Amino acid sequence: MSDTDDDCERMTASRRAVLGAAGALFAWSFVPKFAYAAAGSRDPRFLLVVLRGALDGLSAVPPIGDPDYLGLREGIALAKDGPDAALPLDGFFYLHPAMPNLARLYASGQASIVHAAATGYRERSHFDGQDVLESGQGGPGRTESGWLNRLIASLPQGEAVSRHGVLGVGVVPPLVVRGQAPILGWAPPRMARAGPDLMQRLGDLYGERDPGLARALAQAIETEGIAQRRGMAGDTRGGGGPDSIEGMKRIAEGAAGLVGADDGPRIAALAFEGWDTHANEGGAKGRLAQLLGGLDGALATFEQGLKPVWKDTVVMVVTEFGRTAKVNGTVGTDHGTGTVAFLVGGAVKGGRMIADWPGLRPEQLYEKRDLKPTTDIRAVAKGVVSELFGLSGPVLAEKVFPGTGEIAPMQGIVG
Amino acid sequence: MASPSVLRTNSLGLQRFGLGFRLGQPPGARGEARELLLAEIERGTVAQPTNLPFAGSAEIGAALYAFEDQEKSEREARRVLAQNAAAPNASVPNAAGQGAQIATAPPGAQVGTAPPGAASSVQNQMPQPSKPPNEPALPYKTYRDEVLARVLLALEPDGGIGERLVQFWSNHFCIGATKSNMTRIMAGAYEREAIRPHVFGRFEDMLVAAESHPAMLDFLDNRLSIGPGSPAGKRRGRGLNENLAREILELHTLGVSGGYGQIDVTNLARIITGWTVVGREGGLGAPGSFAFNAGLHEPGEPPLLGKPYGQPGQEKGLAAFSDLARHPATADFVAIKLVRHFVADEPPPALARDLATVFRRTDGDLKAVSRALLESDVAWEAQPTKIRTPQEFLIAAYRALGRKPDSGQIIGPLGVMGQPFWQPSGPNGYPDTNDAWASAEGIKTRIDVAANWGRQAAGSVPDPRALAEDALGPQISAETRQAIARAESKSQALALLLMSPEFQRR
Repeated sequence: MSDTDDDCERMTASRRAVLGAAGALFAWSFVPKFAYAAAGSRDPRFLLVVLRGALDGLSAVPPIGDPDYLGLREGIALAKDGPDAALPLDGFFYLHPAMPNLARLYASGQASIVHAAATGYRERSHFDGQDVLESGQGGPGRTESGWLNRLIASLPQGEAVSRHGVLGVGVVPPLVVRGQAPILGWAPPRMARAGPDLMQRLGDLYGERDPGLARALAQAIETEGIAQRRGMAGDTRGGGGPDSIEGMKRIAEGAAGLVGADDGPRIAALAFEGWDTHANEGGAKGRLAQLLGGLDGALATFEQGLKPVWKDTVVMVVTEFGRTAKVNGTVGTDHGTGTVAFLVGGAVKGGRMIADWPGLRPEQLYEKRDLKPTTDIRAVAKGVVSELFGLSGPVLAEKVFPGTGEIAPMQGIVG
Repeated sequence: MASPSVLRTNSLGLQRFGLGFRLGQPPGARGEARELLLAEIERGTVAQPTNLPFAGSAEIGAALYAFEDQEKSEREARRVLAQNAAAPNASVPNAAGQGAQIATAPPGAQVGTAPPGAASSVQNQMPQPSKPPNEPALPYKTYRDEVLARVLLALEPDGGIGERLVQFWSNHFCIGATKSNMTRIMAGAYEREAIRPHVFGRFEDMLVAAESHPAMLDFLDNRLSIGPGSPAGKRRGRGLNENLAREILELHTLGVSGGYGQIDVTNLARIITGWTVVGREGGLGAPGSFAFNAGLHEPGEPPLLGKPYGQPGQEKGLAAFSDLARHPATADFVAIKLVRHFVADEPPPALARDLATVFRRTDGDLKAVSRALLESDVAWEAQPTKIRTPQEFLIAAYRALGRKPDSGQIIGPLGVMGQPFWQPSGPNGYPDTNDAWASAEGIKTRIDVAANWGRQAAGSVPDPRALAEDALGPQISAETRQAIARAESKSQALALLLMSPEFQRR
């Protein structure tokens, strides 16, 4: 996509650029017309990290340069200097001090941050919000399949990406990977594995009696094979869940191991939990800081574990919505709207804040309470996957994110 | 003598609505499954677990505060010790470094005897266990005892519709044990006090019992919520936390499309300000128990769904709950969830409608609603598409094998299969569809667990082929029978039985 670099730099990904309708329409014309036109020799990797519970974007990436920030965030505000100072990004936005790895990646051009972003969902239910984020549909209640699964199903059969399916990390696979295309499953092992003979016998029995169980087992056996070839089998350490630092690290290690394998899946989704900070959210230290530290460690683990393919990798970190701009009555924040998304990886055209900043004065807030969303997460996701996998605009607008013809893929995110 | 097809339906019904086959169950149980389950409903009570260290949440609250006070004084003692060691002229080399580490260790960073899956959770800042070093801390120990008592109780009934409904309602009004010491230590008591007494009672009573339980008030932060216009709010400048109010509307009563808006969430939060947990000083009652604290209550007549609530104090919330329990959207929401749980991921609409009608007509009489479910031929005759949840699977396996687990044998496998007791990842509870439980990784993990159970039971089961005939009865297929007969060992045969489609689906 090098021929569009200059335009994109100027129009869509510049610092606090205004993403006007005209610019977005202009950018639309640069989308490749044919699937795979732009993929070339790249063998891309894409990992989607869902933060369940609604990440407070104003604490993760505080707009300390905004004169209204401090007043809204009594008790949890971050400062740009002093002990535990937030890490500088562009002089207006800062990064939470618990995220030094992300700051380093940003500084070296391997990470960009989207702010004041949201899906099209405007209510405040976690579960509907996550369903919309993961189903890729215009509204809640349509949870038959997820957008990463439909993405794979839209790619030409036989390509490495579609041949290897989509990896859903966790005993319960995230909605975003569910659907008709093959799903591989993996979770950090915590118990001795059953022998291959029992697996084979059950595979035969299911083949005769239960197609649903047969399919699930076949996919499990396939992933197990990759894990064994990568030397990941037999590792039965204990460890925390997906809301703990150790748990996030283990999940990231496993996902990187599988996605980094030559015969492994190219696309994966995983989820970290615990972001619903209604009370005692904390500032530079505290509950949210620990979670952000866990996420930051996971990003470093991805970088390390995917080293040979890092230049072709994009990790996208998203959450269902943001939190109230003003701190609530219990030094936390309630469910809100606009928040941040992170794009990390060697394939990211990094070092940039992507935001059309709406401001934090009461009349600038959404419903006078939440950060107003000015960038659609789906435009970002469409931009990433169109450039990474060479999917055309119409396929993205009809199959992957149905009914989003009006939302142009953001250009110039992937380098 | 019932016909073979009726016998198959009845056998399946014991799995669908009850806890499944139990080794040594009366020979006639299968033939009279529906009568057995309906009689259980008519009795109208659900048994309580026994052999527990604490009678209820009042005793638990006092014990928790005492435990935390002791933890605090021990931490303080360690800190003083470390400071002394770090003082100049200390004779121990490197003492300064160690002292600094101890003093600044963040909460949740401890190592040692913490339980699997709980230790380093950010939300679960489990204090370091006090002496003896290998004994888990009181909140976890209490949780462990409650889990064991709960599972042992489920090994007993012939039918078990009551226990199944306890699981259902406990998940509907779920709390999360990893949130805090209080939710961890009270998780079992919450189910005993807020759920079990009302399973065949009135929905409104269960609603009030759940929302006023200390475990729920702690889990969804209402104990911290303060009316901005209340005496305490004016004095301290603190305010509302709308977490519980939102989930009451979205998850406990109306459902997300039940017709409420943000203003209703905020106003319900105002209405239930003051619903809190008594602190350790015990000013308003027994420490750790529920209290209404008028000093936190927001004055005024906030409207909920257009109707103002001006009752005094706690009456305001009770009136709101009474109306929410009778709202037509609540009846629809509960009916669909019940049918989805017991019958099919895609609930047959007529059945859900019928249950909602009974719910509305009886003002939420859960005995009448349960009876209507069990009396429906549609509910009995639907194909067995649903896979058992991990908790159902564990209980069914131990019933079929005729064994009794210890707490580790419950907590370990449920953790790896993704459904430990009382700790879903959010207030919406565990999922209730095949998408979630019949996944690739989910099935693989079940096989690992079943292989383990097969090895444990191989010595105590005389003949796996005979057990398969008993456990699966008229449902057994020729293929499953053959696979079990050809297994390479007893333990493998038992694993095949437990993982057979007939055992897994209901």
